[in-house]
Amino acid sequence: MIINDRLGPQGDDVYAALIAAHDGLDTDQSHALNARLVLILLNEIADPNRIAALLAEARALSSSD
Amino acid sequence: MAYDYAPFPYVAPPGLTSPEPRHPVAIVGAGPIGLAMAIDLAQHGIKSVVLDDNNVVSVGSRAICWAKRTLEIFDRLGVGTRMRDKGVTWKVGRLFHGADEVYSFDLLPEDGHKYPAFVNLQQYYVEQYLVERAQALSDHIDLRFLNKVTDHSDHGDHVRLSVETPDGPYQLEAEYYIAAEGAGSPTRKRMELPFKGQTFEEHFLIIDVELPNSPFETEDPERWFWFAPPFHAGQSALLHKQPDNIYRIDLQLGPDTDPKSEATEEKVIPRIKAIIGDMPFRLDWMSVYKFRCAKLDRFVHNRVLFVGDSAHVVSPFGARGGNGGIQDVDNLGWKLAAVLNGAPTTLLDSYDAERRHGSDENILNSARATNFMTPKSKIEALFRNETLRLAAKHPFARKLINSGRLSQPCALADMPLQTGDHPLVGRALIDMPLPDGWLVEAVQGRFCLLTLDAQNWQVPDTIDTYALPATPERAARYGDTGAVLLRPDGHICACFTTPDAAAIQAAYARATGATP
Repeated sequence: MIINDRLGPQGDDVYAALIAAHDGLDTDQSHALNARLVLILLNEIADPNRIAALLAEARALSSSD
Repeated sequence: MAYDYAPFPYVAPPGLTSPEPRHPVAIVGAGPIGLAMAIDLAQHGIKSVVLDDNNVVSVGSRAICWAKRTLEIFDRLGVGTRMRDKGVTWKVGRLFHGADEVYSFDLLPEDGHKYPAFVNLQQYYVEQYLVERAQALSDHIDLRFLNKVTDHSDHGDHVRLSVETPDGPYQLEAEYYIAAEGAGSPTRKRMELPFKGQTFEEHFLIIDVELPNSPFETEDPERWFWFAPPFHAGQSALLHKQPDNIYRIDLQLGPDTDPKSEATEEKVIPRIKAIIGDMPFRLDWMSVYKFRCAKLDRFVHNRVLFVGDSAHVVSPFGARGGNGGIQDVDNLGWKLAAVLNGAPTTLLDSYDAERRHGSDENILNSARATNFMTPKSKIEALFRNETLRLAAKHPFARKLINSGRLSQPCALADMPLQTGDHPLVGRALIDMPLPDGWLVEAVQGRFCLLTLDAQNWQVPDTIDTYALPATPERAARYGDTGAVLLRPDGHICACFTTPDAAAIQAAYARATGATP
């Protein structure tokens, strides 16, 4: 699957915002934040087919496969 | 007050002294499913013999949550009103994470139904009412306690059973054999049928206590569910009211538990006090259990039919065990009666297909609830806990919290007995008030065409008609024109816009297995 670039010129800003959201958190807190973020983003995407495709794309890079 | 477990009388069966005439149906197991099965068949004019190795009702409350559709089926079987009147009706559920309430829900905000969304009633009462109803139908139901079926063999057109009694063994024959023996089904084991599914390692402690006052903040009975309650660190807990001021407490104990030591007063009483404080109480019953979600590949094996937990088991979350079993009975009763009266046996194949579909739905829902409640890995626990935290603020996350998706009537759309793709097709009938009662009282138990307009609806003699009165409930639930064909189990098998006699006849033929 090709995931189109939708961030464009704001990519660096968005990436920095993601990192900044974790400022001052320890690893466990960061994992918890990421989990909340994933849940919130799933709700934002909403379309189960789209979500299934995105999950598969993320899973494809897991080294255990 | 503790329930009085009065034993049912044992009567020496005739087969001990001379061969019995072949029975149309033998039902093995006199639990709620076996008893309901016998009553359903009796109401369709079919005689059965019911064999149970025991002679008392269920010891312990066991299945307590009876869903609206189940109560509607029990209404047809003659015990629904009694169950509703004795039972505790509840609608409000509250969900807690730690000490904080995350959200609450109200199950049936809609008026105009005879039965509420759920009634809580101990299984021993349900069995008592069913036994009494079966005894009232004694010309059709031969109820035999302390008759233990030890063997059976399928001879193609009948099944031969070996039975043990206090007076010794005997044999009997039946055209059909229905296994309604619960999760441990000896019939299933004897036939070495695979029972595949998912086993959960988690132990749960179930306690019934009698309390003088409501532990809820209001006098209205509610369902309270906790994730990580302050009184039971890291686990889940459920508190629910039953009749006679008996309260059900369910506590998750984790996988590394010794069930024997947990089910002792020494261990249980401190757990109860941690929940209810210093209130006096009487410990009524307790049990430690594990469960699995599994089912047979087929529920129909020639002359041997499986219903209820004998055919499929689920985790208790969602109340899909007893309620699922009653839907099996509802589905099978009219079909087996028709087959015994000469209808093609393909009708029994439709029982297999429709109820395996229902069972898949129940297993899917209850396995998901169990997985949510008992996370198997750190990451599962993390997502679960963060869902609970988000839920305090975000409605979308509340919907992801799964402490049991409560039993719903099974939809049978797109299955072979149904005709057409009208959105109502396959659904169970939707109750509505009538001038002199309720729809569920008026039309269940036979093929019935519900007509919605004044067109000239003509039906074969085998179909009843019922003109639904024009009310706001009818408009909202069925519309204003056309007609709806109900099967005897109250499922809608076809909808019509015009009184096309050939189309109605064709739908009826299809629903009775006469045409594929």
